Amino acid sequence: MATTHHTLIIVGGGPAGLTAGLYAARARMDHLLVEKGAEGGQVLLTDWIDNYPGFPEGISGFELAEKMTAQAKRFELNSLFGNVVSMDLSSPIKRLELESGDSLSCDALIITTGARPRGLGVPGEKELTGKGVSYCATCDAPFYRNLHVAVIGGGNTAVQEAAHLTKFADKVTLIHRRDELRATKIVQEKAFANTKIDFIWDTNVTAIEGKDGVEQLRLLNTNGEESTLQVEGIFILIGVMPNNEMLPLTDLAADQGGFIPTDCETRTAVPGVMAAGDIRSKEVRQVINAAGEGATAVLAAENYLTNLS
Amino acid sequence: MANDKVQSVSDADFDSVIASDTPCLIDFWAPWCGPCKAIGPVVEALADEYDGRATIYKMNVDDNPATPGKFGIRAIPTLILFKSGEKVDQITGAVGKVQLTELIEKAL
Repeated sequence: MATTHHTLIIVGGGPAGLTAGLYAARARMDHLLVEKGAEGGQVLLTDWIDNYPGFPEGISGFELAEKMTAQAKRFELNSLFGNVVSMDLSSPIKRLELESGDSLSCDALIITTGARPRGLGVPGEKELTGKGVSYCATCDAPFYRNLHVAVIGGGNTAVQEAAHLTKFADKVTLIHRRDELRATKIVQEKAFANTKIDFIWDTNVTAIEGKDGVEQLRLLNTNGEESTLQVEGIFILIGVMPNNEMLPLTDLAADQGGFIPTDCETRTAVPGVMAAGDIRSKEVRQVINAAGEGATAVLAAENYLTNLS
Repeated sequence: MANDKVQSVSDADFDSVIASDTPCLIDFWAPWCGPCKAIGPVVEALADEYDGRATIYKMNVDDNPATPGKFGIRAIPTLILFKSGEKVDQITGAVGKVQLTELIEKAL
């Protein structure tokens, strides 16, 4: 099977990868961006983005992804539809294996593989996924017209998407394991003012039950009290887990959660390998950070390549 | 770019499409669904690979509410595999090519 070499390879086409691609393309570097689906990443799951500067009215996640892609393509972004299944970073020439059987190699590598929604890991979750269990309110909200749904989580995504769900659902019950939300104040204020949203605090979901679709949730309050809640749908929005299955985690000194630590120039433990966006070990996962880190990563890659020659 | 091997199917011609002896995979999607867009290139690649052995269709759930209702679809993208009018299996979410390949192979 064929091996193709590029000076710089970017793995992942979300906001970090697309920004890296934009910078690399404009710098006329010999580059390749590898993406396993359509460009955009998790932004595609986001209903509405109000905190990305330059869009005073806000913008849908879908549209932002399209604009980022179009902008990178205007400068002749070189992209490949492919799925990287493993990497060998043990020598200066990094090697990537694709699901197709082909290989890629590069001098500098930017990892922007991102993250995906985390599951609850409770009985019934897997069996009822797509039958009432959802991880994307933007995608599935219209199927819950006039029904009662639960949202699990207390962060920005959970609270914002609970509000989005009220456009369709009759009633949205937000269930959070703590007694206060973690979401940004303005997002919280909107949710508290929304009469279709009610809240269950200090509570975990222990099981999702139903025959052909979700019928009820089993709940456990932190005080030990058990209860059930009848709902037709449950949206699990409790944060993310890293897309790291293709990464050599030991070489990259991954943290306990499987995310990749870097310095402030996005350099990982492996020389010539940068990580940007949600795959990075960090506190804040926002579109704006991902984009900024993507730019930083290309500049770090350029520095590395200059010092090589 | 759109792949002409992935045809559209509607509520009206759904039954005749799935009746075929050739396995068919229906991709239920909507224009506002990000993960549906994300899975698009994978579905198109599979349509090329399985050309002649399996047929891949897309159904827009906004324009065709009856069929998704009949199959209890509550999330998209959902892909359902049919053979000779019978449902073989289904998968939901923006899954990878490997999972979709495994799905199609169940009817071959």
